[in-house]
Amino acid sequence: MSEPQHPATDATSVAPGVVAPDAGGDDAGPPAVARDTRWNDAIARVVSGGWAVSLGAVVLAVLAGSVMIAFTDEGVQEASSYFFARPGDTLAAIGQAVGGAYSALFRGAVYNYTADSFVQGIRPLTQSLTYATPLIVAGLGLAIAFRSGLFNIGGQGQMLISAAAAGWVGFAFDLPVGLHVVVALVAGVAAGALWGALAGLLKATTGAHEVIVTIMLNYVAFYLLSYLLATPGLLQAPGSANPKTPPMAETALLPRLLGPSFRLHLGFLLALAAVFLAWWLLERSSLGFSLRAVGENPHAARVAGIDVSRSTVLAMLVSGALVGLAGSTQVLGLITTGFSYDIDAGIGFDAITVALLGSSNPVGVLFAGLLFGGFKAGGSVMQASEGIPIEIVLVVQSLIVLFIAAPPLVRAVFRLPQPGRRTPAKGRRLGAARRQEVQR
Amino acid sequence: MKLELRGITKRFGALVANDHIDLTVEPGEIHCLLGENGAGKSTLMNVLYGLYQADEGEILLDDEVQHFAGPGDAMTAGIGMVHQHFMLIPVFTVAENVMLGHEQTRAGGRLDLESARTRVREIADRFGFHVDPDAVVEDLPVGVQQRVEIIKALSRDAKVLVFDEPTAVLTPQETDELMGIMRQLKEGGAAIVFITHKLREVRAVADRITVVRRGAIVGEAEPTATDAQLASLMVGRPVELVVHKDAPRLAEGGLSVRNLQVTDARGAVLVDDVSFEVPSGEILVVAGVQGNGQTELAEALAGLQDRVTGSIRLDGTELVGRTVRQVLDAGVGYVPEDRNEDGLVGSFTVAENLVLDRTNGRPFVRAGALQLRARDAFAREKVEEYDIRTQGIGSPVGRLSGGNQQKVVVARELSRDLRLLVAAQPTRGVDVGSIEFIHKRVVETRDAGVPVIVVATELDEAVALADRILVMYRGRVVGIVPSDTPRDVLGLMMAGVAPTEGEAA
Repeated sequence: MSEPQHPATDATSVAPGVVAPDAGGDDAGPPAVARDTRWNDAIARVVSGGWAVSLGAVVLAVLAGSVMIAFTDEGVQEASSYFFARPGDTLAAIGQAVGGAYSALFRGAVYNYTADSFVQGIRPLTQSLTYATPLIVAGLGLAIAFRSGLFNIGGQGQMLISAAAAGWVGFAFDLPVGLHVVVALVAGVAAGALWGALAGLLKATTGAHEVIVTIMLNYVAFYLLSYLLATPGLLQAPGSANPKTPPMAETALLPRLLGPSFRLHLGFLLALAAVFLAWWLLERSSLGFSLRAVGENPHAARVAGIDVSRSTVLAMLVSGALVGLAGSTQVLGLITTGFSYDIDAGIGFDAITVALLGSSNPVGVLFAGLLFGGFKAGGSVMQASEGIPIEIVLVVQSLIVLFIAAPPLVRAVFRLPQPGRRTPAKGRRLGAARRQEVQR
Repeated sequence: MKLELRGITKRFGALVANDHIDLTVEPGEIHCLLGENGAGKSTLMNVLYGLYQADEGEILLDDEVQHFAGPGDAMTAGIGMVHQHFMLIPVFTVAENVMLGHEQTRAGGRLDLESARTRVREIADRFGFHVDPDAVVEDLPVGVQQRVEIIKALSRDAKVLVFDEPTAVLTPQETDELMGIMRQLKEGGAAIVFITHKLREVRAVADRITVVRRGAIVGEAEPTATDAQLASLMVGRPVELVVHKDAPRLAEGGLSVRNLQVTDARGAVLVDDVSFEVPSGEILVVAGVQGNGQTELAEALAGLQDRVTGSIRLDGTELVGRTVRQVLDAGVGYVPEDRNEDGLVGSFTVAENLVLDRTNGRPFVRAGALQLRARDAFAREKVEEYDIRTQGIGSPVGRLSGGNQQKVVVARELSRDLRLLVAAQPTRGVDVGSIEFIHKRVVETRDAGVPVIVVATELDEAVALADRILVMYRGRVVGIVPSDTPRDVLGLMMAGVAPTEGEAA
């Protein structure tokens, strides 16, 4: 994951359906209220699927993962060569492979029941929580953007920039204990917020599509960081030729919650606080109300006196700030010995999945982040103890997104009811037709 | 071809959308299906068109029972449907749209566009449509697009034609032309089902009228029935079609518009040097054929147009150049023409929509926090006061019927401290019962001493509400006349002919 190609592959894997240019929308209206809202409809459908769909998607993906585990397992392959003679053998082998895999996943993610002591047994859970921390926080940031009608794909760039800022404050400054970590966090959050707001500003003022802008800003951030890391006197550790920063100062570190032998750090509590904050912002604040109104129907929001351009910038600012918090806690809590341009570790993109799985709802994002943190922690144990490639976990994660993007499929499998939502599309089509008439 | 529906029943869960409906349509007959929004007319037609499967009952064509698994079967059997929302591909030409789904190909799978063009021309000539087969659909006016839909149906030899609320998108003139086309089709032997809730149209073309209410047929009527009779059949109670209002009591202050000009992004002038006054306590109706600048005028008054010159003064305060928020705060209430697009956030709850434009302060926002208790109490009060039929203030507004949605918008706008009300087509797509209610509210607002501007495309509404009528044509004011001006004079004015007698501006 340390190769510079990384952002490109991930970007395309997320974006293909998303970037199709909208031929019809370029000639009408002020850019901030692009007259064509098909996009927003499609995005809204994907990001706000119900919790039942999310749960169904996870179940389906885990089932599909079982099939893959069974197919790739050597024991199963061997037993299936004489399937017609003794089919029971094959079934047993399948059961063993799948059961072994998922129990290893459980041992690696939640509780290691083979460990000698309770403290050791609970270690996997703390690992999961540690991995979940940035996913939750960045997921919240993206969820806020999604709810505001903005498909922020720029998690990677926002993380990189914030890590750079927080990291720089972390190793280059000499501040007292307590204050140092706060300043570093603030710097990281502010950098992420600015990087996000930059995308919002470009959209609000020029009408550029945020998907394209944020993806491109990912590259800018990536190469900017590469430059900073390769230039002595900036972020590069003195006396080193590697593109890597010096370690963080002791005073800038987030304290570990369970003592030095566990990696779980204060960032996790910040993540929980962020969940509450994001929930309050979206559901209880006037700003969140405006953002959601713009996200759902920018025209009606504008008529109701809400400044759509301002909302776009603010939404991206808040979104970037939260992603920035994720980047900051990574360098100040987990990877404290200096970092390189792979510090985002794909979290900026995984957070998209987390936000989608959590229906862009803060509490949902919390659980989705915990699940993905568990996958990350458990996946490596699965690989080590059962010889199952960790890629299976990635496939399961990807399948979750795929199923969430196809709610009708999940609904059909589990016979869930179709949410009874009248499409407002008729008004739009009418409106468009009338506008054409006016123009002649 | 004779169409017969026998005992059609369609249920959605507990809701019975169609309850044992019997309907017969003879060839050469226009049969009107009249009912309020949500009465089950469209469900019935979707059953006929194979989009829904009936739970009970059967469909017969020329006394033969039919089984439609989908619209394809229905089309093959000779049923054509002209939907309210056109099923056309905007970037395709007329000929391409007509052939879509029935493409004829030449060797090598090449499309035989020529035969499609010929077919379009043939049908267009037969009915005197002026439609160019090579015109791109999105460039055509709405009325012509509808003709393309009709041609599409006829090109598949439809003998039974269903028009589902076809006039909702049409100007009065286009409506008249459509009526003519329907009569022509009827004389050609087609059986026509005409779905509508507009009484005037029903009486103009119907041979027979069937009234549907709450999924069941509640009666048949002759085309000679009066509007009041038809309306009370539809609604199930006597309906006031006439708006009762006293003479306006004009007061000091009001709205003064001077030399207002609105241009679009390309520089085309949409509202051209418009000046008028509306004193407090008067309703001025802005009438005109749709697309003559009324919409843009209303939007300019609400602060929604960006390229505006001239002056809009409300009680002496200049509104041109202000943000929407500032215009709202100046006391302007605005009921937009298209509630789904501009008036409501469909997925938001009734309560949220009732405070959509109150995000800037008390009583619903304090220190940046929503005041849910105040909001919900307010919402309950308004739901009660405006008789908004909803399961609760927490229901998404998108689930409400059109009339109730419009009541949400009207309730929101009228509940602020208004100094001007601008209502653009406040009763568009609204059932008769709600129309009556909304009209009453508009008049009450006037009587409270607020200047009111209503944009109307239907003359009935214009005449019913107006104290004075301003007629627009091509962005300009043709004249401002009293509400008792004869209809034919108004009609001429809408075509751009200025009245001969003096204006009352």
